[in-house]
Amino acid sequence: MHELVKYLNDYKKECVLSPLLKMLEAVFELTVPLVIARMIDKGIKAGDGTIITVSFVTLIFLGIVGLCVSATAQYFAAKAATGFSAGLRHDLFEHILSFGFAEIDRLGTSTLITRMTADVNALQNGVNMFLRLFLRSPFIVAGAMIMAFTIDVKSAFIFVGVIAALAVVIYFVMTINIPLLKRVQSKLDEITRLVRENLSGVRVIRAFTLEEDSVARFIDANSHLTSMMQRSGKISALLNPLTYVIVNISIVFLIAAGDYQIRAGILTTGAVVALYNYMSQILLELIKFANLIVTLNRSVASAQRVNEIFDVSCSMTGDPSHPDIINASDVPEVEFRNVSLRYHENADDAISGISFKIEKGSSFGIIGGTGAGKSSVAHLIPRFYDATEGEVLVGGINVKDIDLSALRKHVGIVMQKAVLFEGTIRDNMLIASPGATDEEIMEALETAVCSEVVREKGGLDAHVEASGKNFSGGQRQRLAIARVLCAKPSVLILDDSSSALDFLTDKKLRENITGLSYHPTVIIISQRTASVEGCDSIMVLDDGKCSAIGPHAKLLETCGVYKEIYLSLYRKEED
Amino acid sequence: MAVDTSGFVPKGNLNTDSGALSASGRKHTIKRIWEFLKSYRPKIFASLCLALVSVLLTLLVPIKIGNAIDLIGTGSSGMYGDLLIAALFAIGVCISQFAMNIINNSITYHTVKDIRNRAIEKLQTLPLSYIDSHPHGDIVSRIVADADQFTDGLLMGFTQAFTGIMTIAGTLMFMLSMNVVITVVVVFVTPLSIFIARFISKHTYDMFKIQGIERGNQTAVIDEMIKNEKTVKAFCMEKDALGRFDEINERLTASSLRAIFFSSLTNPCTRFVNAVCYALVALSGAYFAMGKGGFAAGAITVGTLTVFLSYANQYTKPFNEISSVISELQNSLACAAKVFEILEEESETPQKEDKITDCRGDVAVENVDFSYDPSVELIKGLRILVKSGQRVAIVGPTGCGKTTIINLLMRFYDTDSGRITVDKKDIRDVTRKSLRRSYGMVLQETWLKYGTIMDNLLMARPDATKEEVINAAKLSHAHGFIRRLEKGYDTVIGEEGEELSAGQKQLLCITRVMLNLPPMLILDEATSSIDTRTEMKIQSAFETLMKGRTSFIVAHRLSTTVNADLILVMQKGRIIEMGDHLSLIRKGGFYKSLYMAGMGGDEADGS
Repeated sequence: MHELVKYLNDYKKECVLSPLLKMLEAVFELTVPLVIARMIDKGIKAGDGTIITVSFVTLIFLGIVGLCVSATAQYFAAKAATGFSAGLRHDLFEHILSFGFAEIDRLGTSTLITRMTADVNALQNGVNMFLRLFLRSPFIVAGAMIMAFTIDVKSAFIFVGVIAALAVVIYFVMTINIPLLKRVQSKLDEITRLVRENLSGVRVIRAFTLEEDSVARFIDANSHLTSMMQRSGKISALLNPLTYVIVNISIVFLIAAGDYQIRAGILTTGAVVALYNYMSQILLELIKFANLIVTLNRSVASAQRVNEIFDVSCSMTGDPSHPDIINASDVPEVEFRNVSLRYHENADDAISGISFKIEKGSSFGIIGGTGAGKSSVAHLIPRFYDATEGEVLVGGINVKDIDLSALRKHVGIVMQKAVLFEGTIRDNMLIASPGATDEEIMEALETAVCSEVVREKGGLDAHVEASGKNFSGGQRQRLAIARVLCAKPSVLILDDSSSALDFLTDKKLRENITGLSYHPTVIIISQRTASVEGCDSIMVLDDGKCSAIGPHAKLLETCGVYKEIYLSLYRKEED
Repeated sequence: MAVDTSGFVPKGNLNTDSGALSASGRKHTIKRIWEFLKSYRPKIFASLCLALVSVLLTLLVPIKIGNAIDLIGTGSSGMYGDLLIAALFAIGVCISQFAMNIINNSITYHTVKDIRNRAIEKLQTLPLSYIDSHPHGDIVSRIVADADQFTDGLLMGFTQAFTGIMTIAGTLMFMLSMNVVITVVVVFVTPLSIFIARFISKHTYDMFKIQGIERGNQTAVIDEMIKNEKTVKAFCMEKDALGRFDEINERLTASSLRAIFFSSLTNPCTRFVNAVCYALVALSGAYFAMGKGGFAAGAITVGTLTVFLSYANQYTKPFNEISSVISELQNSLACAAKVFEILEEESETPQKEDKITDCRGDVAVENVDFSYDPSVELIKGLRILVKSGQRVAIVGPTGCGKTTIINLLMRFYDTDSGRITVDKKDIRDVTRKSLRRSYGMVLQETWLKYGTIMDNLLMARPDATKEEVINAAKLSHAHGFIRRLEKGYDTVIGEEGEELSAGQKQLLCITRVMLNLPPMLILDEATSSIDTRTEMKIQSAFETLMKGRTSFIVAHRLSTTVNADLILVMQKGRIIEMGDHLSLIRKGGFYKSLYMAGMGGDEADGS
């Protein structure tokens, strides 16, 4: 947790003042029994009405000052806690944004999102409660004990015994129960999952007639949960009764001992009543303290989860000594030298031993089946991943040596999953090239065959919902293409990005791209031969390996896999 | 799921939100709860008795201690008697509270377990029409969260309210018996703290609402940016994303500060009111204890004063509990109603005992009418006759009712009129189990459960050996990608198999069928997410599989229909053409135009 303490640095004043003020409030509370004792001994016993009235006024005054002090403390605690979480959220988000694709794949987005939201909130809550209570409760407990010592040393030893006994009880209940509660929670998660599975898988379960099996599985998990809950319930059921009996029996001892002292003339009745009151205060505070520990425990778990994310850092290293890519015409625009990529250490290669060159201004097709490694090749060019073996070069420079943002400006990629962001259509277009004029945007939209879509939606200022939900798959794909075109990249990669387009639109799009005035190097990835057959050169991938490279006509003759793909779409026609 | 429910309006009042229970609904729910708790009634009674004992003893302990304080220093042995009784009472409180807690836990945990078990059993018998038309998240939260809330809130709330009322009544009684004036002070001042708490929570409600909205906004940005982080990275728009995030972060922080601070004033304020009450009790009590002047009439002892002070300290607690319990009780009643709604939902029509054995695969659909929503006509007068071993292809544009036919064949839905027979037996006369076991199916929407790849494949045939599974996976061409996964067949896939591509999931579902080898087959766009080349390879495996098996194929690529014995061309829920490939092409109708368009290459629109 201590790594996260730095987010409180800007709130040092609050972090010191809030607990201090809480302590001050505690001091006032600890004074109350003394006032009552005085009331009894000097007021009632002596029959002095003024002392009683003065005591009353003192009590009210203590209450008012206590209110002011603790309200201020609450404000400082809230300020520090919210400031803490604001800083933490900012840094965590920034850190997540620094991840490479490999880290995103490994961690998964849902984990990242819950840690950003639920865990940070739990931490904020923890900091808040900590500042409010962590000094107050121990202080009241210790203070009550010290006060007891000032009243009567012999009686005070009863306090020491009680506090030790209570601490032991609370400690044991907590240490046994907290891990149990954790297991209960994970069992409950399993229950939730099983219910969800029974719904989403209803057809499969019924088709395979596995109803009884799923009910049995559920009942089994459910019984487990119940017995775990009962075990943990038994332990927490002990807490309140035990603390109650300990405190009350010690009060009995206190009074019995007090009786002896009073008769010996050492103590007054008022002092015994004060001791009694201190004992009650201890009980109340210890229970609050126990609850605080539960909250803190949850926060510590959240802190660990947040720190786990901070501990992950982008696995891509290198020396980005080249801030720019110089477009020399004598080197190939993109070159792969014996490249392999493995996503996990233990997994097989996703692609292996891939080598090819793409000349500047030419077009290059990549074709292959599901899982052949097409996207893996594409993702290596803008350095979304680092090659496990071999070298990837853009403009003759190893991508590891190029400044990342310069590389990604140079290489424009339209990914399989077309993503739009919340905002206007213009906002989305400007993402790739912040300086683009409306004319340039319209030109790009025209090329991507979607100026009509934009017009229908109400122009460039039309609203785009989060993730582009208010656009169809085909519309999103074309807008995503237009977005990349706005930046006029030197290398344009279309990763199966016209899959939702009908045949005619797809064809029109390819023609428009071929006709672009700035002649980018185009890489088209597809499962369909029709999409790549116009390319200068085509690479056929099969199971992560390169089967052949060549133009369409040549591949039809020499490459069996290519011919198979080609025929799989047309074979029936030729039957 | 891939069910065409266009125009379907969910019936029932499932979506009416909580809190709005009508009086009759509430009565009904309470009645149901009472019935449900039948076996727990003795335990509930015991719990209430224990609560009563513990409340009485808790109130008596300070009185006994007060008596002892009065006798303190007098040398009277009565003091020790009082102390002994106080100690015994305290032990009594401890035991009765512990026993009550245990009993309450047992009631709560077992009730929630029973409810969930019943609910999951119920789910297996609910008609598909129910499951398809109700949001799954809603059903899950009813079975998991609402069941919890119901038992927790209702049972705990009930005992808490009971304890609270008993404490208030008992305290009042004891206080009145000691001194009326001080009692009046306590009774009138204490509830002030509740009013203050109410006042604060009412006024901070809006602040929390604003905080909630900002939090929602921020989560939306987090969600959008992290889910699409790859795109964010591709455009180097991290700074931009962070800027948007920070803007909301600032607003969220400000609104959180307000909400947290103002709501945190509750405790200091109530503490203050309690302090005032305490001071007033001390003041009046002290004058009575002096027993001078106007106070002589109700004179009390110092011991009694300490009893009053201790009561004044504790008196607010039951009030706070009761006021929170009331809203909790209402909430849990609403939750209970939501849970019971599922339990009371009508199950599928009971099945008859006959079974399909040694299925040959003669299927006849006779004069069947069916629609999801009675007001929207869908299938009318459908007749299909399929002989054993024949292959039936169903084609047509999206939403034409292809999947509906599958729903009827598997008896996921019952026909409105007419009948479907398998081997001349009406499918409503045989057990659902024997009918469904006769089919093997691959759906377009794939479903995988949480578990290893192996677990998922074994669903089809739990007793299959590892070799058999691997062979099946080889046949379906899934073996290649499974081998490449981190732990091969033992790779754990999350719920819904997020880590796998749609095509890979489909391959796994095909493997299941390859493993199962049922007498009849249903392939509902089984290869829609698989690339054409792999599909071609699987197709040959399917060919072998279909040989001698009655097969129903919902086809998205018309190339698969060519070899079918019978092609059903559907449009708007009706069969408009029927026949084999050649005859339909010659006919030159809708099928021919579909076929020609399909060859143009828009197979991606098959979904």
